[in-house]
Amino acid sequence: MTSLILPAGLQTIPQGVDYIRILPELILSAFGIVVMVLDPLVDEKKSQKLLGYIGFAGTVAGLLSTWYMAQSPGLAFSNMVKVDAYSVFFHFLIIGIAAVVILSSFEYMEVQRIRAGEYYALILFGAVGMALMSSAVELVLIFIALEISSISTYILTGFRRNEAASSESSLKYFLLGSFATAFFLYGVALMFGATGSTNIDLISQKLQAGPVVLLVYVAMALMFVGLGFKVAAAPFHIWTPDVYEGAPAPIVGFMSTAPKAAAFAVLLRVVFTINAPGRFWILWVAAALSMTLGNVGALVQNNIKRLLAYSSIAHAGYLLMAFAVTGSENSVSGISAAMFYTAAYAAMNVGAFAVIGHFGNAGERYVSLEDYEGLGRTSPLLAATLTIFLLSLIGIPMTGGFFAKFYVFSTAVKAHLIWLTLIGVVNSAVGAYYYLRIIVVMYMRESRQKIAVSSIPFGLGTALAVSFVATLYLGILPGRVLQYAQQSAQELLPQAPGASAKIVQTPLPAAISRP
Amino acid sequence: MNADSWSPYILTFVTFAPLVGALLLMVFPRRDRDIRIFALVFSLLTFLLSLHLPVHFHRSQAGFQYELDRAWISTPNIHYHMGIDGISLWLVVLTTFLTPLCVLISWQSVHDRVKEFFILLLILETALIGVFTALDLFLFYFFWEATLIPMALLIGIFGHERKVYAAVKFFMYTMIASVFMLAAILWLYAHTGSFDFVVIRDEIARGALPSFPAAAQWLFLGFFLAFAVKVPLFPFHTWLPDAHVEAPTAGSVLLAGVLLKMGTYGMLRFNLGLFPEQARRNAPWIMILALIGIIYGALVAMVQPNMKKLIAYSSISHLGFVVLGIFSFTQAGLNGAMFIMLAHGVSTGGLFMLTGILHERRHTYEISEFGGLASTMPVYAASYLFIVLASVGLPLLNGFVGEFLVLSGAFQDRPIYGILAATGVIWSACYLLWMYQRVFFGQVTHSANNSLHDLFAFEKWAIWPCAVAALVMGVAPILWLGAIDPAVQAALSPFSQFVGQVVGQ
Repeated sequence: MTSLILPAGLQTIPQGVDYIRILPELILSAFGIVVMVLDPLVDEKKSQKLLGYIGFAGTVAGLLSTWYMAQSPGLAFSNMVKVDAYSVFFHFLIIGIAAVVILSSFEYMEVQRIRAGEYYALILFGAVGMALMSSAVELVLIFIALEISSISTYILTGFRRNEAASSESSLKYFLLGSFATAFFLYGVALMFGATGSTNIDLISQKLQAGPVVLLVYVAMALMFVGLGFKVAAAPFHIWTPDVYEGAPAPIVGFMSTAPKAAAFAVLLRVVFTINAPGRFWILWVAAALSMTLGNVGALVQNNIKRLLAYSSIAHAGYLLMAFAVTGSENSVSGISAAMFYTAAYAAMNVGAFAVIGHFGNAGERYVSLEDYEGLGRTSPLLAATLTIFLLSLIGIPMTGGFFAKFYVFSTAVKAHLIWLTLIGVVNSAVGAYYYLRIIVVMYMRESRQKIAVSSIPFGLGTALAVSFVATLYLGILPGRVLQYAQQSAQELLPQAPGASAKIVQTPLPAAISRP
Repeated sequence: MNADSWSPYILTFVTFAPLVGALLLMVFPRRDRDIRIFALVFSLLTFLLSLHLPVHFHRSQAGFQYELDRAWISTPNIHYHMGIDGISLWLVVLTTFLTPLCVLISWQSVHDRVKEFFILLLILETALIGVFTALDLFLFYFFWEATLIPMALLIGIFGHERKVYAAVKFFMYTMIASVFMLAAILWLYAHTGSFDFVVIRDEIARGALPSFPAAAQWLFLGFFLAFAVKVPLFPFHTWLPDAHVEAPTAGSVLLAGVLLKMGTYGMLRFNLGLFPEQARRNAPWIMILALIGIIYGALVAMVQPNMKKLIAYSSISHLGFVVLGIFSFTQAGLNGAMFIMLAHGVSTGGLFMLTGILHERRHTYEISEFGGLASTMPVYAASYLFIVLASVGLPLLNGFVGEFLVLSGAFQDRPIYGILAATGVIWSACYLLWMYQRVFFGQVTHSANNSLHDLFAFEKWAIWPCAVAALVMGVAPILWLGAIDPAVQAALSPFSQFVGQVVGQ
């Protein structure tokens, strides 16, 4: 890269606006550092609450700064970061998830006797990585962001230190995860070899202009392996149940939604902006396999965390359906359907795991299906909330999960993916069975053991209320979120040469793409 | 405000009034008696409100009335499009008519989790009305799926011994079948850009969809499967006996009275409305399945030792008549099918309520446990006889009109169908009257039956409206058929064209 000649127009020294375009990341990092510094200074009793509130304040500040960032769209840091409607959407989503997860962790940390300092800091740092993934348009930066987010989640999974299962899950996730990111990096390297660039827009232009060499296909496949692992898509899904089972419940809520959303954001960029060649069958097969294996696996689970782990594999499959579409008009609806899906899935899954974390009690003792017997009677409010989340996961009308599935399926039908759609709808019917099992157990069986369910504390209550309202909002008035997603989808697609205002603004001379 | 100015909104009011009741009940204190009264008042209000529909209905018009069409979600193009014609009008009224009776019949039998029960019942009512009033395919699917949850919960929480099995079976059967309908709906949307029933129907009729002929058969089957499971048509009926036997009485009443009609309504509205050519082509095997259903359902009902299961199988038989009438494509057949839907809702609803009353007193449905009840419970026995005769199809009661029309329609289509189906009428007299004889006549064989209480006041209020309705429907069917007939004629208009074409070629 040393031979690159930088054109006169291109800023090498970052300007003020460059920092605004990564403001949420900066603010989250700052709050994370504050949490880390304060951690040894305050005594343990106080630290739980205090650090939690600081962490939460950090996410709120992050959300506000995202709004501020959204006012100045454009490229930053030598075209490495791009602020557009698309990245703003994912910033809001990821930081919002982090906020809700922190809220739902307050009580959990006390019950499980976990020292809070690093926990909240790691969530914030993880959110930084994930947010950066959604706005990075440079493959190397994407890789760095991916690593930031992954390393945080590796540690967070092992946070129930005195549980063997938690350490096991952390180690498993770490070993397999680093293996997968290596694949991604390898793919990036090959892509650079094939196109001479790591910038997504330039790669896209290059591929549009000339013939596609074999190396590009290999690079795409390798990158998909890395990202497929992160989103738990079959056949890279084996780690999911074990890791989810061992990790702390609120963290499962976090890692099953936020890093996934970020990885999907990258995948969307890679697939649609680059207009990845030869992606169709990879995505088709991955979608069909994920749906089927996830649902079949979930049918026989008795541990509720494992069950939802398999369900998350299935949901990754539904989401991937939206990636298999081709053609620019279908792409817009595909991208927006996928974006809507990540949002709806985040709302319901974070909520579900918040309930599970609360009900699990110290050491997460109560996580098997039998423990939920009679919950409808002993704790009607908690049971009703979980029921709504589960109904949303099934895809019942009035909930976000319904529209999420609906958009994905209708996109697939429009793109003539009839068989994939049929596999999808049959799977969603099969999937209804295991979610229903939980509802059945809660309402239609009497409890055989006495499980004292403590009352819902304020933090958790707020977290549940937010996820609950979000789930219903997306289920009744999905229009605004979808419209925003569609608008950002249009920005994401590669512009016809010369037609794009953005590229004209910051002209990228050919020199940069020529090594 | 005069009636016309709120006419467009009346359907919305009727549909969502029960939901408002349910939401209010959620914040209601857990005083069981007040909850019951509140639910009764709200369901009665809904019924009174729904009476606006037939009163101001323009009977001579065939198209949709009380229409309201507002954009709900811009992309995809989903509209809040409601409207009813003569086909759906009476099904809405049937739903609102049966719900207060369900509240009454559950007055004492539901004593645990009373609040949840009535909340679910009212939510179910909204979803059921929505199914009949929605004219946007998306909205229709929305309500269609929304009926599943409250019904499954009603069976699963408030049912009898094997309730969980029955609830899950019911849910999975209908869910799996209806996702194929979803796929078909999505296909139609992808190719027309609209979910609107009227728009899609017209586009298909104009031949504006180039890829339609190749897909039409699959689309027809996608819709048909969802409806056939709901009806239930033989051989998709196995969920029904389980669901009925395990369901609480109110659940059974709504299940038999309204939920099954969602299937036949769907066939009439969508299979015939959207795919007339495919309906024509598939009619032979569908009619054979309907005939099998009529005779098989009746024969199995004959040998049931369990009263509730007997009535459940009789439903399969009766609904077979409806399907037969629909796919005869004759005016008499369709009128009859519509009429049976209503008559069956009233009389089978009544039978389930009466049977539930007995179960509440003796906690069993076994026929052999009873005998000689006519002497200990005379009012009950008389009411039961009245409803049984209505169900059997005694002239001047409601069952007769529909069956007669369907049989004459089937006869026009192909005489052998009419002849075979007519045996179903005989069978139904056999199994119902035989059951009546074993339960009510003879000596009291079990001492527990000596002290059974006759009908309580609230039970009379639940049963007698059904009896009155059965009588009025039998004596003056024109009150109902007057509105049904133009809609049926309109539904049949594509078929007369076919006949013309075939003859012309």
